[in-house]
Order: sequence, then structure tokens, then C-alpha cells
Amino acid sequence: MGSNMAENHPVGFQWVMEAKRRGARIIHIDPRFSRTSAMAHDHVPLRAGSDIAFLGALINYAITNDRCFREYVCAYTNAITIVSDDFRDTEDLDGLFSGFESESCKYALGSWQYKGFEAGAAAGHRELIGEQAHGAHGGHLAHGDPPYVDHTLEDPRCVFQILKRHFSRYTPEMVEEVCGVPRERFLEVAEAVCDNSGRERTTAFVYSVGWTQHTVGVQYIRAASILQLLLGNIGRPGGGILALRGHASIQGSTDIPTLFNILPGYLPMPSAGSEDDLADWIQLSSPPTGYWGHAGDYMTSLLKAWWGPVATEDNDYCFDYLPRIDSDHSAYAALLRMDAAEVEGYLVMGENPVVGAANGKLWRKALGKLKWLVVRDLVEVETASFWRDQPDCQTEVFLLPAASHVEKSGSFTNTQRLLQWHHQAIEPPGDCRSELWFMYHLGRRVRERLRDSDDPKDRPVLDLTWEYPTEGPSADPSAEAVLREISGYRIADGTALDAYQQLADDGSTACGCWIYCGVYANDENQAARRRPGSEQTWVAPDWGWAWPLNRRILYNRASADPSGRPWSERKRYVWWDDADGKWTGEDVPDFVADKAPDYDPPEDAQAEKALRGDEPFIMQADGRAWLYAPSGLVDGPMPTHYEPQESPIDNLLYGQQSNPARRQRARADNAYHRVGDERFPFVFTTYRLTEHHTAGGMSRWLPYLSELQPEFFVEVSPALAALRGLRHREWATVSTLRAEVEARVLVTERITPLRVSDREIHQIGLPYHWGENGLARGDSANDLLSLALDPNVQIGEYKAATCDIRPGRRPR
Amino acid sequence: MSAQQRMGFFTDTSVCIGCKACEVACKEWNDVPEDGLEFTGQSYDNTGELGASTWRHVAFVEQGSADDMDFRWLMSSDVCKHCTSAACLEVCPTGALFRTEFGTVVVQPDVCNGCGYCVAACPFGVIDRREEDGRAWKCTLCYDRLKDGLEPACAKACPTDSIQFGELEDLRVRAQGRVEELQADGVAEARLYGDDPSDGVGGFGAFFLLLDDPEVYGLPPDPVSTTRDLPDLWKHTALAAGALVAGVAAALVGRSR
Repeated sequence: MGSNMAENHPVGFQWVMEAKRRGARIIHIDPRFSRTSAMAHDHVPLRAGSDIAFLGALINYAITNDRCFREYVCAYTNAITIVSDDFRDTEDLDGLFSGFESESCKYALGSWQYKGFEAGAAAGHRELIGEQAHGAHGGHLAHGDPPYVDHTLEDPRCVFQILKRHFSRYTPEMVEEVCGVPRERFLEVAEAVCDNSGRERTTAFVYSVGWTQHTVGVQYIRAASILQLLLGNIGRPGGGILALRGHASIQGSTDIPTLFNILPGYLPMPSAGSEDDLADWIQLSSPPTGYWGHAGDYMTSLLKAWWGPVATEDNDYCFDYLPRIDSDHSAYAALLRMDAAEVEGYLVMGENPVVGAANGKLWRKALGKLKWLVVRDLVEVETASFWRDQPDCQTEVFLLPAASHVEKSGSFTNTQRLLQWHHQAIEPPGDCRSELWFMYHLGRRVRERLRDSDDPKDRPVLDLTWEYPTEGPSADPSAEAVLREISGYRIADGTALDAYQQLADDGSTACGCWIYCGVYANDENQAARRRPGSEQTWVAPDWGWAWPLNRRILYNRASADPSGRPWSERKRYVWWDDADGKWTGEDVPDFVADKAPDYDPPEDAQAEKALRGDEPFIMQADGRAWLYAPSGLVDGPMPTHYEPQESPIDNLLYGQQSNPARRQRARADNAYHRVGDERFPFVFTTYRLTEHHTAGGMSRWLPYLSELQPEFFVEVSPALAALRGLRHREWATVSTLRAEVEARVLVTERITPLRVSDREIHQIGLPYHWGENGLARGDSANDLLSLALDPNVQIGEYKAATCDIRPGRRPR
Repeated sequence: MSAQQRMGFFTDTSVCIGCKACEVACKEWNDVPEDGLEFTGQSYDNTGELGASTWRHVAFVEQGSADDMDFRWLMSSDVCKHCTSAACLEVCPTGALFRTEFGTVVVQPDVCNGCGYCVAACPFGVIDRREEDGRAWKCTLCYDRLKDGLEPACAKACPTDSIQFGELEDLRVRAQGRVEELQADGVAEARLYGDDPSDGVGGFGAFFLLLDDPEVYGLPPDPVSTTRDLPDLWKHTALAAGALVAGVAAALVGRSR
């Protein structure tokens, strides 16, 4: 669902084809009939932006038809936990949860907590940074247990009953009304998923940006998580939820983040005002139970990796050198500041936001207010050439040529957390350089400039550990040396660390990213291992390296029952070996190796030692997977169907139309369409094709790719073509209040109008790859989009909005 | 060492995902030029057909109406068939086209004089002349790679093994198994195309598993080598000529009487 895997991940899709050959049933639930649908057994088209309604109905189906994996649910999830008396559900408040403050459009989160749990002091800034916030993994639970539980799941205030009531209105009839999926088709899917789950079988979900790019995107994934937990499909082979990333190493760029609000390994960035010293940060980041109880070890080791000998106990390991979050600094917040001329300079590396991001017109305007802009790319992407259309533009633009992946060494981290090394094949041509070269030499030159400075604000830069061996004619820093530093070493003798359990908070270890600790174990680049699958077990542990500790399936303790035996022989994966007194199996067990299934923690136990031997979800303070999220999300503890920012219809489920906590930026250059606005009656969605890569920088300049999809086109159904007089292969203009774009018309049966809420809804498909440069040129579909963001992660709603379409070219 | 077996392609279109990696890999390896930036509107196919500068072509066929549940989007990567009885080779007056030790049919660009006889002779419309230099070009089944023990670029790049390379005899056995597997799974329309040595071109060196009639993919249903009937034609011509000579001679004899 929400993924076009065959087109956008064709290499990974070979394994779906392999599974199909071995008898797996493939169901594709997606607005369009794509190349993925062509390969699936079933394609179920649904209205763009209605997936939570569909998933919610699957949840309801599993609960009301008694299809849940009850032993798993009772033992491994928080279904048993009693929730605060103050909590009110969307059932009680017509689409809102308790705690909504209409003035700020934000939730006060206290009432969502477990009963008897005191909200931590960090509650305030959770609102800003959502799932990466302090306390997101659970609060201070004595002994790892919530204060009130009901193992019978009968208590009306227990999570299971709250969940059941919350999703009770998500019926097959509702799916027909809201999603446009006939109830019979929905029931076929529900039966197939339930039949294929339980002790003997597992079902996997695959999603991509079709789920994330919504104003309620995080909750799409939450909905799938709930369903998969109810069916016992997490932590077991063949189960799980696979997030397919937008391109190579996007997983890596959140692990070692390019995000403003987290540090490497998902450590929360400290906030201004609340964390004056390391002790404050540890206190707020370390629930006493579960593996986050070691956050102090991870952070201290990170500080040692960055500031080396300068970081000592006496100076709090240079904790003061870290920046503090004072407000939202995500990409779109930065864009609006740029437009207000509050941003002087901007570095864009390997990205082309003028084409790839929402509201390209606003981007071009805002970039023109910068004093300087640096773009590093393979070619002159539109972000580097925007000024050519602005005669009075004063922005000084530096276009620096970048090396491609074959011209440099490094690692890619893929969706299953697998690091795979790639070796440099050839030297980059001319002045082209790797990112590593650019950052290293930029840092070196800045430090050179500052060398004699006695300004305290320059100390963090001057004290950085910045010594890397360089290689080759262009003095490229060694990528392996960087990987070794990320993996970690002992300060005393410089020897490589093997595992994150070796990290300490006393300054004796350095580690650039605790979850990657061990990727350079035994002083070997474990990511470069390439033993063929035919020469090892089916789990293939000797191909690359997966974080953490080369585990291929997270939370795999859940593949065994509470007593440590596999749920079934067919699905055996990790189990307790009584004779040896340890966990064993096909994979590295995701559990303390010798913690017996009947382990009961002593009263004063801390961190993972405070979790029982039958609690597999070791990162959570209560050791259980969360059907209901008492913290960590800013827009509700459970997913709720809300209409997109722009929708042709009212929300048929609640009085509340859209996610009440979504981030809106209504202004003249980012105007929104009203619900049911007759001027913009059609739904559109933007997406990619196999033949091009994202915003086109790696494909539109290449003749062999450009000839395969040479022009921007719009996909419409024969019915819409007839309605609007659109002719195949001729021009059409698509319009919103943000922009008008022109495209060639492709009339196709693959796009279907859907019957939704007793009317026909037409959907329009727009691939977004094109821009004005390169060989294959055209308008940019994302110009049509507005900024309307998910409040947890500040991602834009690219996958569902409204528009009009008319025959002919756009006005010049 | 055993004698060199005939090598070929088995293209299993039932697992083709239409990624066109074969088209790109072919052009990269063989340095085939870009073939025009034209939006054709034929589903996702902007390549159109095989030609001098397109040696792999992925066809996209949309079948049925979205309202019916049997809507299909067929994809198939087409290529030179490397016929057992290859008319292109037989009509080539310069010997530019020849059969390699792998049983494949290859044009030597430095010998081709651009006469174009082969273009008219091919029953599939595969081989074609490039306008810029007038010479004929087509798939070589990566003759250079085969000589180095490598599989052809398209097969190497294919992520789902829709394009399989190997000894033709093995491929035929494998393909038969695959058809049976699909039919057992309820795909009754699965069939092989070009695997029969008794067909009009003596069987293809590059054959296919299709999910519909060949015409649906733009392939001739019953291809016949254009040179197959030449010996017969010559025989008829000779007889006719003989009859004519006899007639004339008889007339002359008669007159002289």
C-alpha cells in the first residue's frame, strides 16, 4: 500500500517476484494501476488520502471477527494497559482527542498517558519534535510495568477495549463510502490478510512515500503497526512493515541524520532552556527501563568521537558545544524564513527542491532572497539555475560539481538497515569531488581561518576531531576511516569496538553512532562483506552488515512464545536453548543473550535488566509494543481518518475534517482550496516513474533515460478525458491556486474514477520528474502543491490534493 | 572441452516488470545512440520498435477496461530472434552478416556496405539501417561479452530474470517447465513463442514465453524465413525456363519441317 515498488525499487522487487514464484499472494492497494499492480494477484484501487480508513477497517475486522493472534497480543503488546481516566477518544469528541487547544492547534499530551503515570517535565517540547522527543519511548515506570493492567482485556479503559471502540466505526460499508472500494473487495483483502497470519503464517506490508507524504502521514504507518501487532506479524520472519525509501541511503540519512532535531542514532537534539547540562539531557532521555536507559553511554561516546581529548568529565564532555533547538528548523520552516529574508546563505547538496519539493514557485522566490547559495550536484539542476529567470536576482550562486557514486567509496544503508559498501571504480572527472571531500576540506579551511580566534563560539569548530587520512590525487578523506570512527573505538588503546553494549559514559569509549557500533568490529569493514547467498544460511548474515549488531529482524524475541519456544516450526527463527542457557536461532537474537524467558527483574533493576524475560520490545520502557502510543506523537495516540488538507468531500467519519494538529501555512503564495471547491473538483497525486530519478538530476541529462520518458505527461481516465474534452497525446493544463502546469495527455484505463460518498471522484496522475533544464524538459508537477505538513515530522502532503484540468497549453 | 553449444535468450514475459533496464544496459554496453525524444502515447512505451538504434524494446500492452477485474498490463522485452534459418544472413552479399561460434547472427559493421537487402529479408522487421551511416545494425547477443565468458548486458541487468541467457537446449527445457508451472497456477494463456525448430525460421535462438497471442505484442504469429522458398522458386523457374526452351525449339523444329 502507498508504494509502487516495481517501478521505484525494481531491484528489490525481484524478491517480491521470487516470493510470488514460491506461492506468495501479492495484493496491491493503491490509487493507480501501476507496474506493481500489473505484477500483483490483485489490485484494489482506493481514493488517494483514504488509507487510514482502509487500514482502520482491517483492524476492526480482525478485532470483531476474533482474528487477532490473542496470545501474542496479550503477551507482547500494551493491550492490557489501563489508560488515564482523563483520556477522551475521537468517539467522544467527534474526531478530536482530549487535550486539543484550538488556539494553538496543538494537543496537550498529558491525558493520553497510562493511568497512574506522571507526565515527565519534557512534555512541553514534545509538541515540537514528536516521535524523536524525550520520553517518546515511554516514561518512568517502576520495574518496567505500567501501574494498572488487565490481563483479561475486558476493562473498558484498557488499551484493547479503547482500540476496539475507536475503530468500531471503520466498517466495510464505511470503506465503500470513503475509499471507493466495494465492500466485497475489502472483505477479500481482510480475509486474505487474516488467513495468512497467526502461528503458522505471516504477512508483510510494504509502503513508501504514498503513506508518508500526508498531513497525517505518521499515523498511516501507526495504523499498519497496530494491524501487524494484532495479527502477530512483528519480529517474525516474513512479517513486518517495510518502509521503502526514496533513494539510496535515505535510511542512512536518518540514522546519521540530516535532520534538525536528532543526533546520530536517534538521540534527541537538546533543547534551549530545558537541558543546560548533560545530566539534564540524560535524565530527560533515559527512561530508567529498556535500552534507552543507556542513552548517557551513547551520548557521551558521541561527544568523545566529535571532540576527542578536549571532551572530559570536567567540561561535561563538551555537551555545551552542541547546538540547542529553539524552534522548528525543518526544510519548509527554513524556506519561509528564507522568503522573509532571514536566511543569508544556504547549502543544497544532492537535492533539487525547486523541482522535488512542494510549491516550486515559492522556492524560486525564496531562493532569490538569499545572499548566497551553494549547490553541489552532478549537473546544473533547476535549483542552481533559478536566477536565470529573475533579472534582478542578487543571490550569488555557487555550483560545485559533485562526484557520482562510482567515483567515491562509501556505504549505503537500505530500508532493512543493511549497510553495503561500494568501492570507488574511477577517479571523478575535472573538479568533481565527493561530499566527504567537500565537508572535510571545507571544515579544514574554516578551522584554518579561525585558528587564532579566541572567541568562545569558535571553540566547537576548533576542538573537533578532524584528522582523517586522505587518499588519491584529490586528497579524498578515507571513507573507511570515517566508518571506523562511526563504529567506535576504545580511547585508551584505539582498538575497535564490537557492540554498543561496550559503550560507557565515563569517557573511555568514542562512537559516532551507537546503533552502528560494530560495523567495524575486529578492525574490518563489515559492510564490505559479500559472501554469496548460496554459500551461507537463508538469513545471509555474511552479506553486508545490518544495525544493530548485524541483526536482520528487529525484536526477533517475538518470534518465540513467552516461554521461549518458536510459535510454530514453520516460522521458527530465534528461541531459548534451555541446555545452553541462552537465546539462539537463525539470526542474532535481539535480546540479552542469557536472559531466561522466566526472568523476573529485581525491584531496583535498571535499563534492559528491568524488563522481564518475556518482553521482546526492548527499546520501550514497558518492553511491549504499543498498540496505543501514550507519548511520542503529537496528533493522537491512535490513527484516525482525516481528509487531506484539500479534499473534494467532507470527512464522513467525524465532524473534524482534517488532522487538527497539521501544520498549515495559509498565505497568498500558498493558498489552499476549500473542501468541495467547485473550481478544483479533481484529486491529483504526484509520483515517480522507473525511467527517471526523483527531481531528475541523475536522469534528465542522460539520453538513454530521457528517451524512455521524454516529456511530462498527465494520466487521466477515459471518463475524465470525455468530461473535459482532453485528447490523447495533446496538451492539457492542470491548475491549482499555486500554479498552472502543462503536460501531454495520456488517456489510460489504468486510472479509474471511484464512487465515493455517492458521487464520482476523478483522480489525476502526475509524474513529477521534469524541469526546464536537461534533455527531457517540462513543467514541474510539484509546483501545484501547497505546504501542508504532518505535525510529527514536518513532511509535506504530496500524495493527495485537488486541482482542475483543461485542454490546451497554459497561458504564457 | 566440449564443443561450443548454441547460445540464446529465453525471455519470460510473465515476470517482466517493464523497467527497461535491458534497453539501457544494451545501449550502454554497445554504444548505441539515442533514438529520439518522442512521447508516443503508447502506454509507457516511448521506444516504439526495434531498429538500428534500439536493440531491445519493451512493449507495453494495456488490455481490457479498468471496470473489469481482468484488466492486464502486459510487458515484454523484444529482441532479434537469431533465427536458425536467418534470411538476413542468407541474402547478405558481402558476408557482413555471419553466424558465430555461439550460433548467433551478427553484423560486422566494417564489412557491411549498406545495401539493405537484410532489412527487407527479416520477417520480424528487426534489422535496420542507421540513417547517419547507412549501415545495418542489430542485436549481436553481445558477441564481445560472450567471447569473454560473460552473459549479454540485457540479461545481466534484468532484475527479475525475465531475460535468461544460456545454452538453447537448456533454455527450452527450462521454458517448458515454466509454462507448465504457470498453467498449473491457472495462467492458461501462457505459451512459448519461437521454441519450435520446425517453425518457419527453424526455431528462434531468442524465444519467448508470452501471455497472449504474438500479434498482441506486435509479433508475427507464424514467421517464415523469406529465403525459405527460394530453392523451390528457382526450381520452378528452371522448369518454366526449360519448358519455354523446349517450346521454342519445338516451334523451330516444326517450322523447319
